[in-house]
Parts: sequence; C-alpha cells; structure tokens
Amino acid sequence: MKYLGFCIIFLFFLMSCSSKEDDVYIPVAYNLEIPQLFADKLIPPVIPADNPLTIEGVALGKKLFFDRILSGIQTQSCAHCHKLQEAFSDRSQFSEGADGNLGSRNSMPLFNLAWNFEELFAWDGKEFGLENQVIEPIVNPIEMHGDLKEITKRLNEHDRYPDLFQLAFGTSKISGDLVAKAVAQFMRTIISANSKFDRYLLGEATLTAAEENGFNVFMSEEKGDCFHCHGSNNNPLWTDNQFHNNGLDETFTDLGLGAISGDPADNGKFRSPSLRNLTFTAPYMHDGRFSTLEEVINHYSEGLRFSETIDPLMKKVNDGGVGLSDQDKDDLKAFLLTLTDEEFINNPAFKN
Amino acid sequence: MKKPFYFFFFLLIVLSCKDETECCVNPTIAIKLKFTHHWDGVELSSSDFNEFKFRTANDDLISISRLRYLVSNVLFNNTIQSSSTIYSLIDIDENKTTLLVTGVPISKVNAFAFTFGFRDEDNLDGAYADLNSASFNVPEMLGGGYHYMQFDGKYKDSNNADANFNYHAIRAADITDPDNIILQDTSFEVDLGNIEITENTTIEIKMNVAEWFKNPNIWNLNELNTVLMPNFDAQILMNENGQSVFSLGKITSN
Repeated sequence: MKYLGFCIIFLFFLMSCSSKEDDVYIPVAYNLEIPQLFADKLIPPVIPADNPLTIEGVALGKKLFFDRILSGIQTQSCAHCHKLQEAFSDRSQFSEGADGNLGSRNSMPLFNLAWNFEELFAWDGKEFGLENQVIEPIVNPIEMHGDLKEITKRLNEHDRYPDLFQLAFGTSKISGDLVAKAVAQFMRTIISANSKFDRYLLGEATLTAAEENGFNVFMSEEKGDCFHCHGSNNNPLWTDNQFHNNGLDETFTDLGLGAISGDPADNGKFRSPSLRNLTFTAPYMHDGRFSTLEEVINHYSEGLRFSETIDPLMKKVNDGGVGLSDQDKDDLKAFLLTLTDEEFINNPAFKN
Repeated sequence: MKKPFYFFFFLLIVLSCKDETECCVNPTIAIKLKFTHHWDGVELSSSDFNEFKFRTANDDLISISRLRYLVSNVLFNNTIQSSSTIYSLIDIDENKTTLLVTGVPISKVNAFAFTFGFRDEDNLDGAYADLNSASFNVPEMLGGGYHYMQFDGKYKDSNNADANFNYHAIRAADITDPDNIILQDTSFEVDLGNIEITENTTIEIKMNVAEWFKNPNIWNLNELNTVLMPNFDAQILMNENGQSVFSLGKITSN
C-alpha cells in the first residue's frame, strides 16, 4: 500500500507539470480547403511536416507578404511584384527592384503552389521548397535587396511582430527561417480553382462551340498538343511544373535551368507556367516577350526556333510549329480564357 | 494475485495464436522489382540522355531525352499480391526504377509476370491521382486512360538534321469516325517464367530499349516519328515490338 501512495503522489506531480505546459499557446491548425477537382484528380498538396499550416502562421505570413519591412530600404513588399489583381504576377515585363534595377525575367504568378509536387520553384527551378523560394527575392540585390540579419533585427524590435511570431511558432525570437515559414504558409493557401472550365468539369457550366473546339485543339496531338506540358481535364493545375525548351530562341542569353544544373542539355529550359488566369498574367514567357495570347499561339503555330536542347514535344519545329488554322487559333484562345478565375483575384482572403 | 497472472497467461496464448495465423500459416514477404535498361547489352541510364549515341536497327542515330512507362498487374503464380502492386510509373530520369511488391507468399513461384501499360479494365480515365499529377493521361478523344509509355528524343533525319520523335505507346484508337472510336487494348503481359524467391529478394527486369525499334518491325524514324498516339497502325507495331523488350535479369537476396 505504501508504494501505491507514492505512485499517486508521483502521478499528481506529473499532472501538475503538464498543466504548466498547457500554458504555452498552441496555434490552431488551418483547414486548407482543397477544391473538389484537386481532391478528385491530384495527389495531396505538399505541406512540410516541419511547417504545418496554422491560422496564426497563415495570418502572419499574409501580413509579412504585404509588409515593406522585408525589403532593404523598406520600400517594397512581396506584393510589389506579385499583385493580386494580376494573379499575383506583374504586368510589367520586368519588375523594378528596391534600388530601381530591372530584372531579366517576368514575375511568376503565385497560386496552387502547394501542388508543385517536385518543389522546384522559380522559372529556372533554382529553389527547392517554398520556404527557400520565399527568401530568395528578399535578399536578391535586383529585387528587394534585403539583408536577412537587418530584417530580422527590425522584426525583433517591432512592436507587434514578436507577439505574432510567439503565437504562430511559440517563440518571439524571430529568425529568417521563421519568416520563410510564415510567408510560405500564406502562399500555400493561395488557391485558384473556380474558373468557367472548372465549373464545366463539375457540371455547373457549359462551353460555347468555340471554347469546346479550342479544348479539342489543346488536347489533340495532331493540332495544339498542349496537354503534354500544360495539364488537362485530368490535371487541373494546367502545368506539369517541368522544365522545357519551347523553341523561343536559337541561342540563349538566359540559360534557365542550365545555369542552375550546370548541364548544357538543360540550357534554355524554363518551368512550364500554369495556363490558369492568363487574362491577368500578361506578358507571357519567362522574359515576358509576348504581350498577347495571340502572339503566344502564333509562336507555337509558326514561330518555333530550333536549338540543340529544344524539347522533342516541339515536334514540328522544322516546319516552324504545328500550323494551326485561324479558326483553331481563335478557338484555342477562347478555351484558354475559360481558365480565368475572377473569384480568385477578388478573394478577400488574399487582399491586403 | 493469481487472477492477474491467469489473465496475462491467457492473453499471451491469444496473442501467440494470432501470430501463428498471420505469420506462419500463410507467410508472406516483400519482393523488390528493379527495372534496368540497356541498348543491346550496353547499360543505359539518364546520364546517357541527350547525346546522339544510340543507333537503331534502321541505322537511325538517336538521342533519348525521356523514357517513362507504366507496369501493372504484377503476378506471382497468376495471383495479384496486394493493392500496392496495381501499377507503378517507371521513370529513368527521375530515378524511379523500383517497385516493392508486398504480400508475396513464400512458395515456389512458377509463374512471374506483369503487364506493360494498363489492361483495359485498369485503364480508367482520370482514376489514378498520381498518374494525373504526373500528366500521364491520354486525351478523351483517343479513348482516355493513360499512356503506357512516353519515350521522347531526337534522331538524325535523312538530311542529317536533328528531328524529334515521340514514341508514345497507348491503347490503340481508330478515330476515323470520331463518333465511333474503335479501341484495341495494346498492353501486353510480360511472362518471365519460373523464379526462386526468398525473403529480401530483388528481381532485376531488364528493358532492351533497342528492341522497340527492331523486332519484329524495323522502325524507320523518318516515317514514324511524331503524332503516333492517334496512329492506330503505329500502336499495333509498338505492341508487337514490345513483346521482346523485357527479360529477366539477376535475382539477388540481401
């Protein structure tokens, strides 16, 4: 019986310890609403085990995304080059950095990033993981040109951020790693999945004859053959997130993936962008060389240029392209515009 | 104190009975299938990609930039072993070349086989999230379902200029009349015969990539290079050439 008494006392002691632990605020899990088509057709989104989505983390990430405090001279936020009304891209061919310098690539739109399964981000795949991608433009001299030490010092001395980090991550000591985690959490919540074509696939909308023919052009290997790289009704991301040389140039001033991998066979390869929200994401291609969708379609129809690394899927490069009729070009454009998601660019959850 | 003792003793007996049922009456093991690739005996890996270093039976010089294909319906003694082995996408470039088959009974295996591609009953349009996510689908206008293989590269054409090929194997579809598509299952079973397996066995399955171009049909890339998916006759030729592509390699136990 004596032992039993000791056991009970010991148990009370343990319980009192755990009640102290309960005083630490535990952030609330964020329920990422996965669109029905994504749930039906795709594997689950990539959420790193060491950075689960929480309500506090997402809210903090959103605040940081729109805060100029992350740039060197506090003149730019992430949203400077990733505007919601432009599907989180930039209408300018090259965005102006914090010091007034222009980059050499068009700002990539931001949505459905959690479904980039291989986690290679940016046009050239230089960043593995969204957390790493978040930091890159912050410290890039021609973009936000920040110094991570200086930025975290600012955040640590801020009157609100330490408390917000405490709530989101259980510590008020702010590091670059936690900044990346918070912004990445917010970016994973940026989802676009309510275009006319999505509703068509769900049986809630009908296509016009032109849109329907445009979809057939898109899916036909004899015509557009777009589906091999840009998804389909069964891959509603409308990108394969892979790297291709799509015949833009005979020689390269920008090596793309090749500059990252060091493999000459990768020269001129860039990541396929999603075809969602093209209405808002002009100009097009990695260097924003095309202002209109007509120019893009004409490129694939007649404008392909041969180089050694051209993707074999650019099958008719020796003829200049797939040679679409004017009617098919118009219809293809009509179909592409059905991937426009007006609700997305007006979603209050993504507004500052 | 006696009662708890009896209880634990009884529990021990129950647990040991359960063990007997699960592990010893119908013992099963996991087998690893490892797909390797060669060109008429010369080892081939992704490091060989994008170089003109292979010559087909038709004397076409080619470079390979992508080779991925579907294997399904792995059978030991004519029985599919578990749901985990329904299919797997083998991708040389991504170094996804192994498939773990669980639930294989420890017994003499006198029939080991798998299907290249999907049989019609498994080739369900949009049904497999991982294959959708890998953009391995076939357009509905060609009957839907999935590619069996995407094999892309370049060849030197009759003018010695670079030209592209997309050797894409799918279920053959005659779309002469789009309202009445005629489909033919061109997947095929690869029968690798008798094998001895023990625990931790790895079975090597070798693909001779050169065979796609030579046996029984000598493949002329100047004639058959791209837009082969809607080409019914080309799909039949691929099916015929595929029959001799695979062979059994080493069987090892760790």
